[in-house]
Amino acid sequence: MASAPKPASDVSTNGHNASTNGGDPKISDGVPLDGIAENIGRATGEAVRIGQDFIGRAAGRAARSLASRLQADLDDRDPDYIRENLPLSWLMATIWYRAEVRNLKNVPEQGPVLLVGNHTGGNMSPETIFFTLAFSTYFGVERRFHQLAHNLVLASPLGPFLRRFGTVAASHENALKALDAGAAVLVFPGGDWEVHRPSWQSSRIDFGGRRGFVRLALEKDVPIVPVVTIGGQETALWLDRGAWLAKLLRLDRTARLKVLPILIAPPWGLTVGDFLPRIPLPAKMTSDVLPAIHLREQFGEEPDIDEVYEHVTGVMQEALDGLAAERRYPVIG
Amino acid sequence: MRLTESVVVGSPPSVVWSYLSDLDGYDRFMSGVTRWDRDGELTTGIGARRRMLIKAGSAEVGGLIEVVEWDEPNDLAWSSVTGIDQRGRFRLRPVGNGSTRVELRYQYGVAGGGFTGWLSERLSAPSISKDLRISVQQLKRLIESERQERVAAAAEAERAGA
Repeated sequence: MASAPKPASDVSTNGHNASTNGGDPKISDGVPLDGIAENIGRATGEAVRIGQDFIGRAAGRAARSLASRLQADLDDRDPDYIRENLPLSWLMATIWYRAEVRNLKNVPEQGPVLLVGNHTGGNMSPETIFFTLAFSTYFGVERRFHQLAHNLVLASPLGPFLRRFGTVAASHENALKALDAGAAVLVFPGGDWEVHRPSWQSSRIDFGGRRGFVRLALEKDVPIVPVVTIGGQETALWLDRGAWLAKLLRLDRTARLKVLPILIAPPWGLTVGDFLPRIPLPAKMTSDVLPAIHLREQFGEEPDIDEVYEHVTGVMQEALDGLAAERRYPVIG
Repeated sequence: MRLTESVVVGSPPSVVWSYLSDLDGYDRFMSGVTRWDRDGELTTGIGARRRMLIKAGSAEVGGLIEVVEWDEPNDLAWSSVTGIDQRGRFRLRPVGNGSTRVELRYQYGVAGGGFTGWLSERLSAPSISKDLRISVQQLKRLIESERQERVAAAAEAERAGA
């Protein structure tokens, strides 16, 4: 896991110590060198702090502006538009990702349901495209289906397109609203934490301890249907989540960004943040829909949230291990 | 996209029709069909509905279909109610010697799909066409093998009686 860098104040201290540890402070034009080092260190620390404040304030303003524009309107979903765009989704899923969604029959035929997925593939997240395609062709575009996504994804140029496909900003309130409307709701509890995990952790379920989906399912008394996906982390090479970088730039507090990933992806090469449009590698992607979990039937009237969380992530990890075992080569599948 | 596959079955149209008019039995010969569930009260005839899906690339496509033509023992046609636009038809014609030419026509697409719709129809055609071909061949095998079983059973009964 990425460790946080030393705080800005350490820069000053280090500068001072570097000089004093030299043991023989020199004099130049009457100013002690360790004094100069101290001043430089202080100035550097101040510059870093100003930089952090600037980026933090800018990101905060952007996030507040986005939040005001991202109120969920379930009516943005347009079944006719989805239907007209099924061929495009089909082409992307079939030709580029050779995608496969198994066992959609495990989704209850009617009524609200909480689909809980592991998130892959960075901000482009291919599984949202082909899973929406598979769901829409299997149950028909008439069945209400919403996906929860990070604000920044909805604020990207793809935002208007995604909203018509039923994507709404990820929040407890929006999820409740969608479930109240009788929708199938796809959530990715791991969010940005999981979607930017290093590529060599491709077959690891990592929700980062986020248990909100369990509370949501209990609150609305809807079944949880786990969906596991593999292949997304091979559409680029994720080197590091960059949690330390997000923290350094205060994006965690201002823009709800816990990570600022560092990855190698065409056509940019080494890139930070995964904000620029990139060409995903045509990795073979597979999703498997697992049997529905009816919480109160399985865990009693007052289920223990931690126990449910461990159970859900456990069955997902087991299924993901199975999918990983089927793969022989990266990207090729 | 319009696809057609045909086969000659060594039985008269009335026999072939008895297989095709049993909508619950389509899973015995239809290839690539991943879902074929009854929807509604009607089990057969005009208005009978099925929820069907056929594997095409990365998706199972289809939707709710309804029988719209029931001309015994010549034509049976269905059309989509929801899902992708589709229209299918079994066309039975006698060809002499007590045999029947069975033609399966299938037309599909997405209205408003534009260029991507045009392209996806063409790219999916080979796999769907293959499934249609296998379907009519399996129908032929099913009918002819069961006829042979009946003939053999009748001969056996005759020998036992003698």
